[in-house]
Amino acid sequence: MISPISLAFQKCKKESRPALLTYTVAGDNTKKKSLEILKSISEHADILEIGFPHNAPTADGPQIQNSSYRALKNGIKLKDVFQIVKSYKKEKNAKPCILMGYYQMVYRYGERNFVKKCKQVGVNGLIIVDLPWPDNRKFAKLCKKNSISFVQLLSPTTSKERMKRIIRDSHDLNYFISMLSTTGGKLKVSPKKIMENYNKIKKIKKSKNMVIGFGITNKTISALKKADGLVVGSALCKVIGDSIKNRQNPVTKLNKMVKSLRNKIK
Amino acid sequence: MKIKKGIPLIDQHDKSGFYGGKFGGNYVAETLKKPIDDLTKLFEQYRNDKNFLKERDGLYESYVGKPTRFIKLQNLTDHLGGAQIYAKMVSDANGGAHKIYNAITHAMLCKRAKKKYICTDTGAGYNGKMFSMVAKKFGLGCKVFMGTRDIERQKPNCDAIRKNGADIVPVNSGSKTLVDAVSECIRYWVSNCDKVHMGIGSLVGPNIFVKICGWSTAQISRELKIQLEEEFGEIPNKLKLINCVGGGSSAYGFWSEFFDYNKNQVELIGVEAGGPKNSKLHAAPLSKNSKIGVLHGAAAYCIQNSDGQINETESISSGLDYPSVSPIHCLLKDSGRARYVYATDEEALNAFKLVTELEEISPSLEPAHAFAEAIKIAPKLDDSTTLIVDSCGDSLKDKDIIKKHLGSYRR
Repeated sequence: MISPISLAFQKCKKESRPALLTYTVAGDNTKKKSLEILKSISEHADILEIGFPHNAPTADGPQIQNSSYRALKNGIKLKDVFQIVKSYKKEKNAKPCILMGYYQMVYRYGERNFVKKCKQVGVNGLIIVDLPWPDNRKFAKLCKKNSISFVQLLSPTTSKERMKRIIRDSHDLNYFISMLSTTGGKLKVSPKKIMENYNKIKKIKKSKNMVIGFGITNKTISALKKADGLVVGSALCKVIGDSIKNRQNPVTKLNKMVKSLRNKIK
Repeated sequence: MKIKKGIPLIDQHDKSGFYGGKFGGNYVAETLKKPIDDLTKLFEQYRNDKNFLKERDGLYESYVGKPTRFIKLQNLTDHLGGAQIYAKMVSDANGGAHKIYNAITHAMLCKRAKKKYICTDTGAGYNGKMFSMVAKKFGLGCKVFMGTRDIERQKPNCDAIRKNGADIVPVNSGSKTLVDAVSECIRYWVSNCDKVHMGIGSLVGPNIFVKICGWSTAQISRELKIQLEEEFGEIPNKLKLINCVGGGSSAYGFWSEFFDYNKNQVELIGVEAGGPKNSKLHAAPLSKNSKIGVLHGAAAYCIQNSDGQINETESISSGLDYPSVSPIHCLLKDSGRARYVYATDEEALNAFKLVTELEEISPSLEPAHAFAEAIKIAPKLDDSTTLIVDSCGDSLKDKDIIKKHLGSYRR
């Protein structure tokens, strides 16, 4: 059976545009608000990445760190993250959801329990930032068995030989990290160069969906629209942070932002 | 869980980097896979290379100063009545602590990788200081990541780092201590791994960093073994080696020649930071039975809550104030080869006071934890037992803290 994630990409391809993937942190800044945000932005996004926060993140830039910090400060627990996904998935037009986070949280919860719980609440994919291939093979299999796509990450430092092997083992979605950076760094490589790298990798196996993430903003997104999909995270987390600071409603602010991102790639 | 004889402990991991099947590993972002593989190859290429070793030994001789003294603490021994107490004065090393050994290896590897910049983390400031020293010596640019709380409480080492021309990058996230400094340093490396060499300051992190650090600090016990043979003509029959444990780099170095001895002959005792006497907070994952968690690229006993978030720690000693510990010490604990206890802030301060009153040495608050354990057990043992404490750091960096708690500081 075709997965909801693959279906989302098919739909976008028919519309000749890349999929728009958003990343927000579950519980930022409260459980209620983050659920409202998901419901609101799914009007314009194709796939929702949802971060489960950890307090010792080794690959996140300041925006996502702040987002996680706000959520943790408000007492977010893994059980709340699952609850948020579950509630969101009850929506009529709910989009596919990918949970993203660090292995420590999965380890503590227990790999099997974690995947089981993901399946129960309707998670469609998982990104574990610090569980690289080949160490993730066993876990990826467990995900697949439970109809969850394990998303493999590819980086500018990944050798071609390694790329091939990772892609061979991958499920229906791979994630290309645009540059050497933590999340949300300033784009230090030109979009043209990123697309060149992207196309080289895409050639390895065209049937696999591949998205680009890290450093994508309102300003850079349209130059990358030939990709299968684009992930915007830190730019959204910043909007949440700014609107809290300015006592504005993050839900409407974020809806507007995601709408404008979508308009830039349609 | 068993330890093999005749093989360095740092090499007793499986192909995924796990010790005892479950401690350690390489939990890193994809971007760091290649730099870590490159560093692993580089280290394996040079660790037995004659010229590399010659250069290293030359630096130990002329730059670090070798060997550091092995001395008897006769007054302390007489005062406590019981075991014979000795100290290995690793604080004699250039810079004032064992961190110089690891820093030298990293600077040498950085040169061979043809990188011009080096970055590291620091808690007590000693690791940062040593990296700044070797960076200056080798002509490398150097960034030291340090929690703002530690910058406040370890001023003398910060002054030294800046004087050597390195940048201190203040880390303001989380508990503003070593744990956050390491996270920030790794994040910096993720973004700059093409130009910058990273050295982790203790026996922690992804597998290769554990190995490089242990390989480097092992110098301590190579010296000690010779000194023991000179002093006693043999390795004493009832020997106890006491070392403080934060990440566990000095303890590994102090013990590495002695793992193969029967534990009834050579007992290894690690002393963690128990934190303030009346506080629930501590930095003692091994002796206070924390669960296994994944932090900074490795699985190890780690202070955490039931959801997996890393808990705050507290210790008077910045160098021990870390929620996790080396995978090697987890292996040593579970195999029963070493045992781990803790000393509270108060016990460490009292130990500092007693030792400095009686002896012409001045251990920093990290080894003061080890002295606290020695003081505790020495009177219960007879004089055929030899206790050796690794005095792995000098107290000068702690003068403000000591003054605050004891009223005065004399070195």
